[in-house]
Amino acid sequence: MTPAERVVREEYPRILATLIRVTGDVDLAQDALQDAVVRAIETWPRDGVPDEPRAWLTVVARRCAIDRIRRDVARGGKEADAVWLLDNEAPEPVASVVRDDLLRLVFTCCHPSLALEAQVALSLRTLGGLTTPEVARALIVPEATMAKRLTRAKQKIRQARIPYRVPSDDELPQRLAGVLATVYLIFNEGYAAGSGEQAVRTPLVDEALRLGRLLHELMPDEASVSGLLALMLIHDSRRSARVSADGVAVPLAEQDRSLWDRQAAREGIELVGEALRRTPDHADPYVVQAAIAACHALAPSYPQTDWDAVISWYDVLLSVRPTPAARLGRAAAIAERDGAGPGLAAVDAIDGLDEYAWWHASRAELLARLDRADEARQASARAVALGLNDAHARFLGRDRDESRA
Amino acid sequence: MPQYVAFIYSEDIDWSQPDEAHQAEMAEYGAFSEAAAAIIRGGAVLYPTATATTVRVPGGKGGDVVASDGPYAETKEALTGFFILECADLDEAIAAAARIPGSWTGAVEVRPVIPRM
Repeated sequence: MTPAERVVREEYPRILATLIRVTGDVDLAQDALQDAVVRAIETWPRDGVPDEPRAWLTVVARRCAIDRIRRDVARGGKEADAVWLLDNEAPEPVASVVRDDLLRLVFTCCHPSLALEAQVALSLRTLGGLTTPEVARALIVPEATMAKRLTRAKQKIRQARIPYRVPSDDELPQRLAGVLATVYLIFNEGYAAGSGEQAVRTPLVDEALRLGRLLHELMPDEASVSGLLALMLIHDSRRSARVSADGVAVPLAEQDRSLWDRQAAREGIELVGEALRRTPDHADPYVVQAAIAACHALAPSYPQTDWDAVISWYDVLLSVRPTPAARLGRAAAIAERDGAGPGLAAVDAIDGLDEYAWWHASRAELLARLDRADEARQASARAVALGLNDAHARFLGRDRDESRA
Repeated sequence: MPQYVAFIYSEDIDWSQPDEAHQAEMAEYGAFSEAAAAIIRGGAVLYPTATATTVRVPGGKGGDVVASDGPYAETKEALTGFFILECADLDEAIAAAARIPGSWTGAVEVRPVIPRM
């Protein structure tokens, strides 16, 4: 990336958010900013990056927007109002205005009336500043499909008049939860090795982290925002240790902890502490999940993990979000603290997970540890039949061989 | 100001003669109509889907008219009425729709109206 490209990348969402406010039109704002970016990439390498690159880009983009509107008006369009707005606004808004512009854009991109996949695409495009082909590549969707998806989303914003507005206090918790869910979805899409050959889709993980940092910067007092950023940072700190050289997923217990990114983990742990201090009277699911991740990050080795703490956090998590994954996580921690027998009992005590691959996978592993090889093989087969992904299935298969040896 | 139509999907009964169980709901519609009078620009309550007739002219404009019975609702909820609401933006329209009884007895679909050219 050239210096010009890097500055553009950094400043893109802020400038776009302001342009959208003054023009009231996402497409126009994007086109005008694109004009300005083209000019920057042409002139900056020759003349040097200006002292105030954001101001430079904002002013040029504004002029480009005015030119575009005038051309439109000349062709019989009727959006002359916007020219007045653009001409009469202070050329560079103060920091608090930029912050509000961005925040409004965040809530617009993640408006619940947009489909989740549209929210993801719009967030990456407008808040992350990726180009449409980059968004398409990151999500492994054909470019034409992505272009159509983005066009439809912007059309819905315009036609249904989804407002650029920070929700009122009583709507905020629910709307913020939606924003966080979208960012976490982007992270997991990249992190969880869902589809595709790559075990981790790094660009998506990086984008989710950027968005998480942006939200944290915009809403430093929201514990759930700190919690989500912490959760993503700590999980991602294990990136280099999560997949072996031959592409097999490495479970937490066997990861080489010297490969963990200590700095990222430390940043996450500090955020967890901060978020916990902000929420002494209630449990936020992201903060609690981050606290569990922090327990692992702080443990010198897998056996030395503070399982009491992990189990307590799972109890807290279950009180606010009783998901199958949380119940299984708690049972796995019990297996580590009390042994495979009590662990298996805890797994078996969870009702209604017969169709859930990870439940069978957990049973398979614990049965193998208890030398109940036949039952372990059956559970393992069931997990694979229910769609456990290849890397994990390979891991389970390897485990079975070892248990027979 | 933009307009939205709030289509109400609720139980497919004869709302002109609601049984006792549905009287209370009718009263709630009355309360909503009064409370939201400032933004309501129109609306209607419909007879059940059993009274519906589908009209097609398969031969093209001016061709033979084919009228047929139905369509009957295939789900428990059917289009039973609508309001036209005037709201500043979608968030206001959503907030208004959430006060229509159909939003808790069934579902309300909010659609923006194309402004007259």
